[in-house]
Amino acid sequence: MEQDGTNPTDKPRRGAPLWAQLLIWAGLLALLVVLGLGLFRAQHPILSVGSKVPDFALKLFDGYPYQGANQVSLAALRGKVVVVNFWASWCVTCADESPVMESAWNYYQPDGQVVFLVVDYTDVDAKALQFLTTYHLTYPNGPDLGTRITPIFNRNIAMPETYIVDQQGILRAEQIGPFQSLADIRSAIDPLINGK
Amino acid sequence: MKLKNFVQLAFCSLIITLSFLSASAVSAQQPTPSDDEVNAIARQLFCPICQNTPLDVCPTQACHDWRELIRQMLAEGKTPDQIKQYFVDHYGARVLSEPPQTGLNWLVYIVPPVAFLLGVFLLFRAFRAWKRKPNEPVPEVAGGPASDEKDEYVSRLEEELRKRK
Repeated sequence: MEQDGTNPTDKPRRGAPLWAQLLIWAGLLALLVVLGLGLFRAQHPILSVGSKVPDFALKLFDGYPYQGANQVSLAALRGKVVVVNFWASWCVTCADESPVMESAWNYYQPDGQVVFLVVDYTDVDAKALQFLTTYHLTYPNGPDLGTRITPIFNRNIAMPETYIVDQQGILRAEQIGPFQSLADIRSAIDPLINGK
Repeated sequence: MKLKNFVQLAFCSLIITLSFLSASAVSAQQPTPSDDEVNAIARQLFCPICQNTPLDVCPTQACHDWRELIRQMLAEGKTPDQIKQYFVDHYGARVLSEPPQTGLNWLVYIVPPVAFLLGVFLLFRAFRAWKRKPNEPVPEVAGGPASDEKDEYVSRLEEELRKRK
């Protein structure tokens, strides 16, 4: 006997078709993967010591070249120790650190084994140049255009930060916060240099 | 009498000439953009160093510098699009309040409407299923046909349950 026009032998109604269910699950899985990757990156913001540093190119401010060039890449500096320092004109502790960095640059520059690549992080160019003039800084210096260099080292950067890359492009030391003295910087760099 | 007329004419000419000169000097300068004009662009940008803070309300010195930069660029005759592009070139696309429609950013534009349409579809199905359900049972009359129907319904239900065990 039929009731309300339905046949008791009819199969119960299923949910969405299989292709739609697969599509929904695939979409949810993709979203979870994206969220998971974001979470992983958030929990591992800093390039770890011992890792190979990905290559990057730094466009330098006018008047702050490296060997006459207004752009320099990390890959082109293989065989030298590279000191990558992050600063900004709005950063008070960067101003405190800048004389120490300048003295270190003057100490290492003559023999050419150590190169300073100093990266201006999210700044107004005019303010940055004013800062360099005010503190009489002379080392190669340039803006992190498009904020592409900073996330290579630290996605949650706290100014100033310094990373020391060896002759093979491996990160050997990091300093979160300012160096207090030339001796501090030397203790991080000298072990990587022959004859120091 | 003629000399007096000549002096008056010369004086008037001088006044008119000076007026034109001063007017052209003023029009040659770009007026300083107002805070409202600056903030209209700043609110489309986020502070590059703060977390989720629009540039127009960000209280830091760095943000103040960036707002002044916007004011300066407006005074130089730059368009809002040119100013926003400058910020993207210097600080990355993350400073835009509306992310560009590239790469994974598409998720921001696709997921919400798709989720909304999926919700509408599911609700539509649910409403249609509820409408198809049989009417509420009429109050039973002892010994009447409704009682037989109910018994049959109960027995079918029990049979179905047994099948599913």
